[in-house]
Formats: sequence, C-alpha cells, structure tokens
Amino acid sequence: MGFGGYVVRRLLLVVPTLIGVTIISFALTHLLPGNPALVKAGPLATPEVVQEIERSMGLDRPLPVQYWRYVSGLLHGDLGESASTGRPVLEDFRQRIPATLELTLASLLVAVGIGVPLGVLSAVHRDSVLDHVSRVLGVGGVAMPSFWTGLLLLYVFFYLLGVAPPPLGRLAADVTPPPRLTGLTVLDAALAGHGGALLSALHHLMLPALTLGFAVMAPLTRMVRATMLEILESDYVKAAWAAGLPRRRVVYGDALRNALIPVITVLGVIFGFLMAGNVVVEMVYAWPGLGHYAVTALVTKDPGPIQSFVLFVAVMYVFVNLAVDLLYGLADPRIRLR
Amino acid sequence: MTALLSVRDLSVQFVTDDGVVEALDTVSFDVRAGEILGVVGESGSGKSVTALAMLRLIRPPGHIVGGAVRFDGVDLLTVSEEQMRAVRGRSISMVFQSPRTALNPVLTVGRQIARLFALHQRASAPEAWRRALEMLALVGIADPERRARQYAHQLSGGMCQRVMIAMALATAPRLLIADEPTTGLDVSIAAQVLELLRDLGRRTGAAIVLITHDLAVVAEVCDRVTVMHAGQLVEMADVRTLFARPLHPYTQALVRSIPRIDQDVTLEPIPGTVPSMLAPPPGCRYADRCPRVLDVCRRARPALLGAGPEHEVACYAVEQDVGVTVR
Amino acid sequence: MHWRRLTANRLSFASLCALLVVVAAALLAPWVAPYDPDETDAAAALSSVSLHHLLGTDLYGRDQLSRLVHAARVDLLVALSATAMALGLGSTLGALAGYRGGWVDQLLMRAVDAVMAFPAFILAMGVTAALGNSTANVVAAIAITHVPIYTRLIRGEMLKVREMEYAEAARTVGNRPRQIVLVHLFPNCVPPLVVQATLAMGFAILTVAALSFIGLGIQPPQSEWGQMTAEGAGYVVSGEWWLVLFPGLAIMATVLAFNLIGDTLRDVLDPRMRGVR
Repeated sequence: MGFGGYVVRRLLLVVPTLIGVTIISFALTHLLPGNPALVKAGPLATPEVVQEIERSMGLDRPLPVQYWRYVSGLLHGDLGESASTGRPVLEDFRQRIPATLELTLASLLVAVGIGVPLGVLSAVHRDSVLDHVSRVLGVGGVAMPSFWTGLLLLYVFFYLLGVAPPPLGRLAADVTPPPRLTGLTVLDAALAGHGGALLSALHHLMLPALTLGFAVMAPLTRMVRATMLEILESDYVKAAWAAGLPRRRVVYGDALRNALIPVITVLGVIFGFLMAGNVVVEMVYAWPGLGHYAVTALVTKDPGPIQSFVLFVAVMYVFVNLAVDLLYGLADPRIRLR
Repeated sequence: MTALLSVRDLSVQFVTDDGVVEALDTVSFDVRAGEILGVVGESGSGKSVTALAMLRLIRPPGHIVGGAVRFDGVDLLTVSEEQMRAVRGRSISMVFQSPRTALNPVLTVGRQIARLFALHQRASAPEAWRRALEMLALVGIADPERRARQYAHQLSGGMCQRVMIAMALATAPRLLIADEPTTGLDVSIAAQVLELLRDLGRRTGAAIVLITHDLAVVAEVCDRVTVMHAGQLVEMADVRTLFARPLHPYTQALVRSIPRIDQDVTLEPIPGTVPSMLAPPPGCRYADRCPRVLDVCRRARPALLGAGPEHEVACYAVEQDVGVTVR
Repeated sequence: MHWRRLTANRLSFASLCALLVVVAAALLAPWVAPYDPDETDAAAALSSVSLHHLLGTDLYGRDQLSRLVHAARVDLLVALSATAMALGLGSTLGALAGYRGGWVDQLLMRAVDAVMAFPAFILAMGVTAALGNSTANVVAAIAITHVPIYTRLIRGEMLKVREMEYAEAARTVGNRPRQIVLVHLFPNCVPPLVVQATLAMGFAILTVAALSFIGLGIQPPQSEWGQMTAEGAGYVVSGEWWLVLFPGLAIMATVLAFNLIGDTLRDVLDPRMRGVR
C-alpha cells in the first residue's frame, strides 16, 4: 500500500499543476496585443463584422467562460490555427514533432552517454587530471550559450574541417528521404535499409546533437560525481570491500548502482533544459522541429503557434517529471517497499 | 602460545589540508586463537583505524606508514592486493557500527550474504542462497526465507546487526573484527548481539576483536583488553586484572568513570579532551591530562613493559612505582 | 596545504576583476568605444580583426568592439533590472505567504508551482511573445521566471521565524510581531539571497541573449550580445568568424564571472549550501 499511495499522491499532484499551467497559458494568449477578432476580420472589416466575429469567438464573454472554452478546446486538440501555414496548429505540430523528438533523443544520448561516465570516472579518480578537466568543462559549459557552441562547432567542423554538413536540415539535398514511418529520419532510414539516407541523416544529426547534448551535460555530470563521491565514502562500500569483494566490482557494481538512482531525478530537470535548448539549436541548424516552427511563425507575426508550443512543452515537462518520479520510486527499494 | 594475528609497531597517518594527522603510533598487540580481545578508548583514540589497518582498508588520504600485521606467519601489509582480497571476508572479516548504513540499501540482505559464498567458495547461486538462509537462522533471525528477500530499511537495527554478523561469519573466518557492534542499539538488543557474538565465537572457534568505547561491554564479554589513547596503546591485560588493578592513569580514570551500582562513589570525568594528533608532541600523549605526569613523559614515549602475568603497561609513573629507574 | 583555498580565492578574485572590467566598459561605453556603434563604413565591411577594428566589422562596416561595449550596457541593465524585480516581488510574495499562511499561502504556492512547471526559458519566450518585443517586456519576462526561487526561499525563512516568534511571544507579551519578524528574518535571508541573486544574473544574461538570438526581445538598432551573434550567424558558414566569436565570448566571460563569484559567496556565506568539492 505504501508504494501505491506514493503513486496515487504523485498522480494527484499532476492535476492542479496542469490547471495552473493552462491558466498561465490562457493568460498569455489573452495578453496578446491587439484584438484577435480584428486580425481575423481583416483590415477592411466594418465594426459590426468585427463584433460579430468577437461574439463567435466568445470574446465578449466573461473571462472564466473564455477560459473554459479554451480548456475544452485544448482537450479536443484545438490549438488554434497558424496564419502562416493556414493549417490547424495541431497538424503542424504532428508534422514537426518527430524532428524535435529525434534531436532530443540524440542529445539525451550524448548527454547521458558522455556525462554519466565522466561523472563516475571523476569521482572514482578524484582530483586526477580527468577530474579537473571535467570540472572545468562543467563550470565553463554552463556559462556558454548553446547557440554560440553550435555556431563555433559549425565553424570548426563545417567551414574549417569540412566534416560536417551545412546547416540546412536533416538530410543532404540530393538524398531521397526514406518512407516516413516514425518520422525519425535515422530510424526510418534504418528500417527501410537505405544506407545512404541513414548515413546522411546521422551526418546531419551529429552537430546539433553534440551542441544540445553538451549544453545540458554539465548538471548531469556534476550530480553524478557528487552522488558517487558520497557513496564511495559510505559504510556499505567499506563493508563490501572488507568482505573481500574486488574494488572494481564494489565501485562499478554496488556503488554505481546506488548512485544511478538519484541521478534519475536529474533527468527530469535535464528535460527542461533540453526543451529550452531545442529551440535555439533548431534555429542555429535550421532543424525543422517544433521550436523552429514556433519561432519562425512569430517572426511572421503569427502568434498562435508559439503559445501552443509553450503550452505543449509545459505539459510534456509535467508528464516527464511524473514519469521520472515514478521511475525513481520503482528503482529505489526504500520507496517501492514501504 | 603463538598468536593468530600479531600487530607490531603499526603506524598510520592521514594527510589533510591542515597537516599530517598521526592516527596510530607504533601500536603492537597479539590476538590469540579463540579469544575475545577488547580494544577500548574514547572516540578519536584510533580504535577504528586499527581495525581498518588490520584489513588493509586504509585509503588515501590515509596511509599505513610502518609496522607489520602478521597472520598465519605472513605480513599482510606486504602481500599483493589480490592475496589480501582472499583474506578479507574469508579468513578475517569485519562487522561495522551503525548496521543499517553498513548494508547496501538496494540489494536484498539475502543477496548480500549469498554473494559472499559465491565469491569465496564458488558456490552456485541456489547453493549460495541456501547457505545464506542457514546463516540467517544461525544468527537468530526468525523466518529467514521472508527476511532474506527484504531490504535493510525493512529490518530493525538489531536485525541489521545480526545480518552483518551473518555476513561476517559466512565463510567461517578465523578472526572477526567487530567495530562498535552495539553502538546505537537498545541496551537489551545490544546484550543479545553480544551474547550472539560470544556464542558464535565459541562455536566456530573464531577469535573476536571487539572495538568499543563502552567498558561495560568489555567487562561483559572480553577475555583480554587493550586500552588505547590518542593513537597509542597504553595498557593491555586480561579483563579481570584490568578492572581489579588498572595501572595506567588513563585506564584508572576510565574505570573510575563507570557508574557502579554497588558503591557510592562520585563519578569523575576525565579532564581535558583527546589531544590533536596533528603534529603531536613527542612522548606520551596522555601527558597533558595525566595526574601523575613526569618530565620524561613529555620527552619520550614509554615502552610497553610487562607488569604481571597477562599485564602490560606503558607508563613512566608505573615504572617509577616499581622501582625501575626512570631516565 | 592552503593553496587550494588560495586558488579558489584567486579564481574568484580574477572573476571579480573581469566583471569590473565589463561593468566599467558598459558604464563608460560612449567614452571607451573607439567608434560610434551605429557608424557605417561600407569600405571596411566584413573585415576581420585588425588594428583599426580590434574585433572586426560587420556587413555594414560597423565596428564590432564599439557595438560590443554598448551592448554590454543592455545585457547588464536587463539582467540587473530583471534580478532586482524578481528579488523584490519574490521576497514580498514569499514573506506574505509565510506570514499569513492559510489560503493566501496555498494560493501563492500553487501559483509558484504553476510557474515552475514551465522550463524557464520557454516561459520567458511565451511572455515576451505575448507582451511584445521590447526591452521592458524582456525584463518582465525574465523576472517572472525568477520570482518562484525567491518566493520559496523567503517563505521558508519566514516559516522558521514564525516558529521562533511563537516561542518569544510565549515569554514576552507579543507586541510588534512585525518588528520581531523583520529583525530575525533579514539576517537569515541575506546570505542565500545574495548567492541566488548573483547566480541569477548569469542566468538572466543567458536568457536575454538566447531570446534575442531567436528574434524575441531586444530589437535592432539596440545592440545586444545575443542579437549580435544572430547577425553574425549567417556568416559563420562562409568563414567570418569574428562576428560570432566575440559577442559569445563576452556572454561566456560575464556569466562565468557571476557564477564563480556566486559559488565563492556560497562557500563563504552559507556553509549549509556547500556542495561537494
């Protein structure tokens, strides 16, 4: 009953948070300068027509009613329309999500794949050259704006070394895209057996994933290192060693296993940074994802997509944190069995 | 009688930001087969460091800087790490204080015992599990099948300590080092744990080094006692002699500070605190707190000399009493 | 063995110096800058680092060093205003929540939770997009995302103080509880507030730079480091590196300085917050 209670309590917390998120999102959409009815009506509309449109959009109703309409709209998947593409925002989202997902997953892979081992090795070989270098990178990395990292990487690897492709999208212009199954170009190319497309997709994914992965790596590495150090000082590590277990097994088995559990909680925070970084990195590399879509829409005076994007990210963030908390509860027997 | 384990001139240092801490200063004692040897002293006296050093568990910034730990005729301080690993947990094992934190929180207790069998005796998984259950029953844990599948946080402090003892005795070691096994436990639970240790020691023939700051524990179960102060060994005797006729001023003060139910004596706390072992002065480290301090005490360390059968003490004042010329 | 402490101090000393240089450059921009930042010079367009133009020029021949120095004003001003606003508003709300308790506290805490449910940068994007692209709106957007931290901090301290207050009231006839609260509250709050605010300056600069980079917030002709980087972004692929390197370097150096100083302050002022070294 203990863990069940934990799950229920955690699930219940989601509801007020989501309500709060929709309220803020509603406030943001209603803060938009100008009268949306005017925009919809067009410059030649008469005041009566504008009023008519206002009524049909429900703009003359009291705020709570408008909020209710907004939320019910959301629940039906109505995220408004994009003035620039002319399509429902939801549809545009559906088309763009895979690109963002691909970038996010690849960056997560980079961040975890490099960040976690780096943190572990830093802790195990404390005060070594590796440790100092990783700490310097950590402190420095946090201060580097991700767009700058991306541009510098582009300069070095594209302009100077020529090993990276130009920042024009997910595939080289002369490569036929694979049939769209998941929308993740790398996966689709692999599934379809298109070697050329697979290589091109990976080639194009390389720099963006490195940029974003590096941008979010620092907090992860720092936390892994701190947790690992704490655990290496703990009594049970000493006891395991005293019982004759080889040091390597104690460190990379017992200690690491314990250290990875609190690291799960950091993943939730990392996701927030990833989403924020996504927007910037997509702009740097012209990566056709959600962030790119929302920002370019804004530049063309189309305000809908960006607010929908903000809401979408927040909702995702809430659920990712929920998943992280539940995962943590499962992984730690102290929570699972109490 | 040849000793099971013999510690000679063991010295340990810790390198800190503020300087070098001399945690152990040429400590020497023997552990005999089958006996229960108590190591007693205030916190900071180096008791735990001695235990860790015996199993070569001292890690930087700590270093064993001198001495020998002879076990089975071999100096453990000179063997390879691999050979040392074969000794740890098998011939010599250790029980730590604060039992709950000494158990891995994410492994079942059964697994933690079982894997020792797999490690030291190459037992198969089901065989190791079966023997783990046996050990749990041996240390007096009811319903071992259920308990083995539980985690440390689901067991009481006393039960955790029993699990620790089970882990330590799993491979029938010849020497068990118990570092403050009863600290933090209820008095009644502590008594049970001590009883268990003594009982198992007798049954398996293992010698036990019992480290504690509590003289009552020592009086209860130990055969012989060594007294430590600030990293130096000051007195060693069999338990009765130590309590009846303590010779070293520090031991005397310790004994005097025990509340006694049969006498109406004022409790006398020992003045001062354990001196800092950061660049300590030469000579006896009890000098500043000692009521019988002599000039020579501050200049040179007194040697551990015999003062009777099963009684050794390192003190110039005691030498003087007996008529040995003190330089 | 004291060298480790000295190095730490040397590092933060260096950071402080670096920061002072940046602030000085910003304050004295009109006098320090070798050129007028808006002055164009078609002949010198897109020229690299040289004696005439220490940091090169852009498409219009504008001197990058001058622009950089003027942009420092904007970045620092935005960061300072946003942090000050957030500090003021957040502390007030936190004190209110902690002092009043009850439904006021609940409401404020739910609001704080809702704000924190958004990744900070994403929310800043949303607010700036909603309010419109202006410096003031960017300041407001960043401030909003920072308010929750201070609110929670002050509320925590306030709750602690309230407990003490009850104890005191039990002894004395409790008059002027507000006085007691303020006397006890401030000393405890100042250290963590100072540390947070210093670190927040770094975040604020990164946020305004990123917002401007993607086109939100600071608009030309005002120059800002992120915006300058955006202007130079298109030229990286053709090898004009100086347009991107220097503004980004300025951002990194300033943020790094704030972070290092903040970390040192944390070690000095609030040992409880000290992490593992």
